[in-house]
Amino acid sequence: MQLKEFLKQLSEAKGVSGYEVDVRELARDEFAKYADDIRVDTMGNLIALKRGEAAPDSPRRSIMLAGHMDEIGLVVTKLEKGFLRFSTVGGFDLRVLPGQEVTVLGQQDLPGIIGMRPPHVLTQEEREKVVPLDNLFIDVGMSGEELAKLVRVGDVVSLRRTFTELANGLVAGKAFDDRAAVACIASCLQHLTTMRHTWDVHAVATVQEEVGLKGALTSAFGIAPDIGIAIDVGHGNMMGVSEVDTVSVGGGPAIGFGPNIHPQIYSRLSDTAKSYEISYQTDPIPGRSGTDAWAIQVTREGIPTGLISIPLRYMHTTVETLSLKDLERIGRLLALFIAGLDEAFAQELGLGQAQA
Amino acid sequence: MLLRELSEASGVSGHEDAVRQLILDAIKDLVDEHRVDTLGNLIALKKGSGQARRKASSRSTRRKVMLAAHMDEIGLMIVHLEKEGWLRFRPVGGIDPRVLLAKKVLIGDDNVPGVIGVKPIHLLEPKAREQVIPIKEMSIDIGASSKEEAERLVGLGNYAVFEATFGELGGGLRTVKGKAFDDRAGCAVLIELLRESYAFDLYAVFTVQEEVGLRGARVAAHAIAPDIAFVLEGTVCDDIPKKRDVSPTTTLGGGPAITFMDRSVIADRRLVEVLVNTAEKNDIPYQFKQPGLGGTDAGVIHLSREGVPSAVVSVPSRNIHSPVCVLSLNDLENTVHLMQKTLARIHEVDLSR
Repeated sequence: MQLKEFLKQLSEAKGVSGYEVDVRELARDEFAKYADDIRVDTMGNLIALKRGEAAPDSPRRSIMLAGHMDEIGLVVTKLEKGFLRFSTVGGFDLRVLPGQEVTVLGQQDLPGIIGMRPPHVLTQEEREKVVPLDNLFIDVGMSGEELAKLVRVGDVVSLRRTFTELANGLVAGKAFDDRAAVACIASCLQHLTTMRHTWDVHAVATVQEEVGLKGALTSAFGIAPDIGIAIDVGHGNMMGVSEVDTVSVGGGPAIGFGPNIHPQIYSRLSDTAKSYEISYQTDPIPGRSGTDAWAIQVTREGIPTGLISIPLRYMHTTVETLSLKDLERIGRLLALFIAGLDEAFAQELGLGQAQA
Repeated sequence: MLLRELSEASGVSGHEDAVRQLILDAIKDLVDEHRVDTLGNLIALKKGSGQARRKASSRSTRRKVMLAAHMDEIGLMIVHLEKEGWLRFRPVGGIDPRVLLAKKVLIGDDNVPGVIGVKPIHLLEPKAREQVIPIKEMSIDIGASSKEEAERLVGLGNYAVFEATFGELGGGLRTVKGKAFDDRAGCAVLIELLRESYAFDLYAVFTVQEEVGLRGARVAAHAIAPDIAFVLEGTVCDDIPKKRDVSPTTTLGGGPAITFMDRSVIADRRLVEVLVNTAEKNDIPYQFKQPGLGGTDAGVIHLSREGVPSAVVSVPSRNIHSPVCVLSLNDLENTVHLMQKTLARIHEVDLSR
């Protein structure tokens, strides 16, 4: 797998929460190369299993890796004079929408744009306000009659933006939140093909994270792993934002620490990074992490959970920016962490007797 | 399609070189003479085939008709490099700051890619979500992590444009989207018009610096001293649904927009009449542009020397001055058609007072 190329494909694919089919097929093709078994669950999560080589007298243990493949998007709410009114799916900053390109998933995929009235026609008062949702329209360049045949209320709209390489190994595009994690997981699986590991690995590309961590909830229940690690994005250093609120882009995996994280998983992850000289950063998260880790931790009787964040600038926009180097490091760290998992660690975590 | 190349070329006011080269390649075999003047205007002459007519001055001459379309587009200029590697910029021409967030841009002649970032919604106080971010507070991220790294890729004074690919949307209106339809649409129309022969001397002028104050057209008109001028534009089309819908300015698919009055010119009544009359005679759809909005090169051309009878014909474009302009190819072709038919009978217009 070529990490950059895979990320580009994932980023440019459509996959708004609840409508992840396109991006799931891409992830399936990649995960399948390394997995012993692959399935899609009721909610639409993609679950690849890579079996560990457990010693015959040792209980079978498993780890779940979760990265969500859904992205925030839009949904059509009304057809009006050849234009489409819409609402948001997930947390969009309305300020980034004017002037964007979209694909309307109607009876067929329709390229469109979100219009912006030119400054020539606006009053000073209008220019000083953020354009409210009821003044934003999607334009697919068709007449009202043509549109009525092709688009219905409830049709989902995906933002469209090509992947761009910046300087220094940084890349920019849409939906790196959290397709970059899907790429990291694929990279981990690829590393594991050349390593020995005793625990089973359930690599999950989850659905509907952006609307409430839903895919992680049901997939964690279904898999019932011994431990779980979520991979998501964290705010990277950027202009106008205090360093207190960010981690460094290019500074390596940001390993989460706080109530959402099992302290020993945090320690084991950071120790692994240290011993293999992988740059990492500690990411203190005082409460709700807002990631799949939040759902996994309280599944069934509770699952020791870790969180690795990918430093990322401009989250929830079409120009999310990250460092490919960080993704490589995360793929490697995950693989090394998994290769190091043994029954002693399970006992340390106080895990119950697993099925032999 | 030439409109695609024209739209995707970079040509911010003051640096129209790439667009000019593209146009020159397209027209050089269609004209008799061409030159680039001091400011950078491309001036081409297509000599008339008609008989010279005798003027009161007894000097034998053919009418000179000037057709103008501007090559430049709005854009950005890099004005400062931060120590963290971020680039500060200012607008060139009229840009609404609200259209800049989360866009990709191409900087300088090497087209260095960058993005205009924005603080994520997660880190905003609710009140901040309601506030427009001024351009002075924005920055471009090219991936550089220091001023020195940034300097290796870009420099102060570099121009930047939106990265926007031309594309077809579709439907019966044959809509297309892209950047800079203001005024590459006019450039495309003018290039098409050069394929015909005319009785009069046609001066095709692709002007510079329209967006920063109609600078190029002023000197070109002076040099040519035309008898008649037509300005070809990509103009405001504001036909999206609105709560208080006074006028859509122009309507997409409604045909060429004829200006009778805008903020820069009162169009010559006789030229407006011949345009309207020609459209009606030939069943070409047309519309009037709402008065009182915008200005064009006609604003300076009609005041050149002792005055030049001038008119403006435009291709309506939604979302001008954004990376997602939308126009109808039907409108564009009808604009070509209307101009061809009008120019063919321009000798009928009595310019005497």
